[in-house]
Amino acid sequence: MRVMSTSIKSYAARFVLLGAVGAMTACSPAPPATGINDPWEASNRRMHAFNKSVDRNILGPAGGSYVTVLPEPVVTTVGNFAGNLATPSVVVNNVLQADARGAFTNSFRFVLNTTLGMGGLFDVATMAGINEVETDFGETLHVWGAGEGNYVELPVLGPSTERDAVGRIVDLFTNPLGYVLSEPEKYAGPVASVAKRLGDRGRYSQTVGSVLHESADSYAQGRSTYLQNRRYQLGGGAAATGDPYDDPYAATGDPYDDPYLQ
Amino acid sequence: MTTRISNELTRRALLMTGSAFALLSPAPAVALTNAAARGLVDDLVGEINRVIARGGSLPGMIRDFEKIFARYADVAIIARSTLGPDARRASPAQMRAFVEAFRGYIARKYGKRFQEFVGGRIEVQGVRQVKTWHEVISTAYLRGEAPFEVKFLVSDRSGRNLFFDMVIEGISMRLSEKTEIGAMLDANRGDIDRLIADLRRAG
Repeated sequence: MRVMSTSIKSYAARFVLLGAVGAMTACSPAPPATGINDPWEASNRRMHAFNKSVDRNILGPAGGSYVTVLPEPVVTTVGNFAGNLATPSVVVNNVLQADARGAFTNSFRFVLNTTLGMGGLFDVATMAGINEVETDFGETLHVWGAGEGNYVELPVLGPSTERDAVGRIVDLFTNPLGYVLSEPEKYAGPVASVAKRLGDRGRYSQTVGSVLHESADSYAQGRSTYLQNRRYQLGGGAAATGDPYDDPYAATGDPYDDPYLQ
Repeated sequence: MTTRISNELTRRALLMTGSAFALLSPAPAVALTNAAARGLVDDLVGEINRVIARGGSLPGMIRDFEKIFARYADVAIIARSTLGPDARRASPAQMRAFVEAFRGYIARKYGKRFQEFVGGRIEVQGVRQVKTWHEVISTAYLRGEAPFEVKFLVSDRSGRNLFFDMVIEGISMRLSEKTEIGAMLDANRGDIDRLIADLRRAG
């Protein structure tokens, strides 16, 4: 018990510190990024080749057999369990972003799923129409005013940006459960999340396969997809290769000037 | 005090009557186009929902998707835009062949994915005008997944109301295909005829 309260204290201290860092940086969200900032393309492409081989040889087959060996409800249950254990980390980020509504929604989801959902095995909150307000420390940095930085391809994890890569590292430590749970239990979350990742790889095999192994240039395709989706999550309208609204037809100017009016 | 309250009430009542009339009276030009854009996507979504409710074989679904795509999408402008500036140096015959090949490619590529949607549905939520086109916002509900947003960008600049992009959770089909077609063209060292030949086999 004493050990537990010390670790809660140290956890709280870390976040007061982080909050102070946040307060020091200009507290308005960074303007939405546009275009592709990829000065490390050469080394990113080498990392991409490595990730592709990991996917082809390990992740793909493992994910595939994971979803074929285990019945679908089991895969879903493991996913729910991992998602629920990760929720406190999401709440921490909601709080750091001063998103009271998100923090409340996610806390409520955590309580519902942990109790009625039998420790998170069932996602009763989603069934009741209470969807997760997803976020992460990368978004927290964005809310605090940090720009996206350069594009990076991370080992195994894949597409990211400098800001989001920092976010992923910090998020290894933002889950309060990691501080309050004791020895074997504290590994439940990370283990379940690895299993969830395999399940997702198996379940979305066609999507992943089509981007990673069927694209003419899977590196460029992965980069474009990631940046478009990430900027959308962070509330920016601009897509990776320019705002589709502004510039649907790129160098040819207005979409309809060229083909229809000539 | 009383006057202020009753003024407030009158104003609110007026506003409400006003908006009620706005709903009843013939809509102005912009609203009409909004309604037309929404109507197009309502029809489109209706057809997609019928296909994913029916299920069936993969070749059948690809055929269904190709028909839907040809009827509701501005295939020519989507295809042309994925070529980018290279579209300018294509001859009219090359352009025709490219658009044709592109249509088949999209049908195969996305028709395959329709199988994952079986049992799901799409619901149109709203529409708004953006610059010269209209954005129809819808939500996709797929089995075992949190609902996500799908936007259709509709324009009448072709002479008909057609969609020229589909944006799923921020990911634009047109921009993604532009990356893809660009990479294929690079792989063929800029040769448009060889790109067309590749496209006929791809997807």
